[in-house]
Amino acid sequence: MRCIERHTKLFGKRLDTEERARKKAAREGHKQSENAQNLRGLRAKLYAKERHAQKIQLRKTIKQHEERNVKGAADEKEPANPIPSYLLDRANPTNAKALSSQIKNKRAEKAARFSVPIPKVKGISEEELFKVVKTGKKIAKKGWKRVITKPTFVGPDFTRRPVKYERFIRPMGLRYKKANVTHPTLNVTVQLPILGVKKNPNNPLLGYGYFSFPLLTFCHSIEVNVSDLGIVTASGKIAWGRYAQVTNNPENDGCLNAVLLV
Amino acid sequence: MATVIPPPSKRQRREELERTQNQKDVAPLLADELGSFKARFIDSDGNQMTDVIEINFADASEKNVSVLLNTLLERDREDFTPYRFRIHVPGKDIIVDQYPTDLLGLLQKHGVLNPFETTITLSAEPQAVFRVQAVSRMAHRIPGHGQPILSCEFSPASAKLFATGSGDNTARIWDTETGTPKYTLKGHTGWVLGVSWSPDAEKLATCSMDKTVRIWDPETGKAVGAPFTGHAKWVLALAWEPYHLRREDGPRLASASKDGTVRIWMVNTGRTEHSLSGHKSSVTCVKWGGEGMIYTGSHDKTVRVWDAVKGTLVHTMTSHGHWINSLALSSDFQIKTGYFAHNEEVPATEEGKRAKAKGRFEAAAKINGKVAERLVSASDDFTMFLWDPTNNGNKHVARLLGHQNRVNDVKFSPSGEFIASVGWDNSTKIWNARDGKFLKSLRGHVAPVYQCSWSADSRLLVTGSKDCTLKVWNVRTGALAKDLPGHDDEVYAVSWSPDGKAVGSGGKDKAVRLWKN
Repeated sequence: MRCIERHTKLFGKRLDTEERARKKAAREGHKQSENAQNLRGLRAKLYAKERHAQKIQLRKTIKQHEERNVKGAADEKEPANPIPSYLLDRANPTNAKALSSQIKNKRAEKAARFSVPIPKVKGISEEELFKVVKTGKKIAKKGWKRVITKPTFVGPDFTRRPVKYERFIRPMGLRYKKANVTHPTLNVTVQLPILGVKKNPNNPLLGYGYFSFPLLTFCHSIEVNVSDLGIVTASGKIAWGRYAQVTNNPENDGCLNAVLLV
Repeated sequence: MATVIPPPSKRQRREELERTQNQKDVAPLLADELGSFKARFIDSDGNQMTDVIEINFADASEKNVSVLLNTLLERDREDFTPYRFRIHVPGKDIIVDQYPTDLLGLLQKHGVLNPFETTITLSAEPQAVFRVQAVSRMAHRIPGHGQPILSCEFSPASAKLFATGSGDNTARIWDTETGTPKYTLKGHTGWVLGVSWSPDAEKLATCSMDKTVRIWDPETGKAVGAPFTGHAKWVLALAWEPYHLRREDGPRLASASKDGTVRIWMVNTGRTEHSLSGHKSSVTCVKWGGEGMIYTGSHDKTVRVWDAVKGTLVHTMTSHGHWINSLALSSDFQIKTGYFAHNEEVPATEEGKRAKAKGRFEAAAKINGKVAERLVSASDDFTMFLWDPTNNGNKHVARLLGHQNRVNDVKFSPSGEFIASVGWDNSTKIWNARDGKFLKSLRGHVAPVYQCSWSADSRLLVTGSKDCTLKVWNVRTGALAKDLPGHDDEVYAVSWSPDGKAVGSGGKDKAVRLWKN
């Protein structure tokens, strides 16, 4: 038995134990604040790390409490879209099938078929896209290799050509296989595998059409694998590929975000 | 230039000549030494129909045996009923549902090595004399509703009139022959959740989110009387009184509501005759049986049986573990269609109509010579129960296990032979309606199946699903008869007309679609 515990057992606690404990706990915040402001060097680093972990835990707990407080039962009020009686009162999972009818109607009109959420597609000049790599001994002459400075997509079966013939070099660091795709009506974001890059209908010079390789930049359309979302086509089959439009600058951000075109 | 096939070689020509000149020995093909067996025919109640008779294996095709049985029953050639046979393997507890092309082989496979001396029991199931052809094309796409279609039903009198209820607060009646809208029934102030034709096709009832029930005249498209008010919450389902139970003072109608009550209305006056309260939660479905019982299923996990005349509770069935989604009666089709039988004349007199409706109901509900209306309830607990409330009280006949998700809809076949159930596990399942035995699973939909509807001859089933398609199934073989894409969005309601000529469907894409063959 440790001696403090033994002592407490033998002689009891100080009369002001609880008061002191309360005061100590009350000063805890001040202490933390002082440490956070005044510690320097390695100790500051360690302290910050510890504090970071604590805060994460704290937020998680708060979130759990919030979720617990949410009322379980469905609301009495009418759902927004008419549904048959056998679907009433069910907490219908906001499924990806909420490819809302309005968007479907829009697709039916031919004019709107290729309208994309971000209409302004900026052209990319060759200077911006390529960096010249000079190879060989006669460096001044052999400037026929290009490094692509934009993110690219290469399919799973892609193999690089022999060095001698590799005109365009797609750097490994700028290749993407997955995109964070947001479903516009559901406001959910899921990471989906990219299937390919689509020729941009608004500007045939951009995208897959002009260059012999798929390019991932702001506004470009990509095709993503949505089989996990359970979207169904009009003929009753599970939709596999859907188009999405890139909404960020992957070359600056290091990630690829897109919005699903439904 | 097209490729020319080279002329036959000399050897080929010689063989061809030999084949055409020589008479072939057909003795082994006739196979009269296959032998024979003794057949005993029983009906679906297990009673022997005729004397035991010896049949040649060579002649024992299903069609031949069917003709033979009709002859033995001394039927006129005009009145022949097609039969399907189920084979009871002798000495075993096996019943083969599908009649094989090679009966001898089947018996030998089941260990009956010498079937020539044994008596084989064949249970004969009468089939509908007429045959409904599977719908195969979209005949009409009729826009009109401004919101999703939530319910639909064909008129029992003919496939000419089709009623739909929609989320745009109207119900509409469509002329299916021309594919045009006929009447718009305006009046409700909430979504029309259910439409229901009276069994004599003279009235149409609609129930709505606005807590009222309205009655319409389908001939003029005008409302009949004032709306029936009294429910405190949404009205979810309707059931008309069967025609043969009608009293002198007019038809009655039962409506089930989310407020936990079922109200029985006098349609002529709009007076509430009874308010059946007892359910503790939303009543999702209501059926009016041919023996004057009202069956209700509710979110409080119980199925209740009420006496429609006295308005008292008869039975409470508490076996289910979750909400009840759907109820079906073995005589549903006959009650719905009243005195309208396929290709038969409508009786002229009131008594005649009543007798005909009663006769049709009893023929459908009778088992072993006594009326036993069976009820099946489908639930969110993935199971169904088969009940016989008349003879078995609140004890179930069978529990139908097999679905892997919530069961959304269940229907008896018009012949009372099968039960079809559809659910959220994307499958449709067929069950034997007598003992609740699982028969087959129809797979093909890729999303939850919402509704199903039988053809009048019980040979085909149409299912509507969330995956935007309708599918027509051949129930006998379990094969997909027709895949009908065409809807742009989820299919909420599907209905096969009582004469089998058309299928109507509606859903989230707002347009009514009519399918024909």
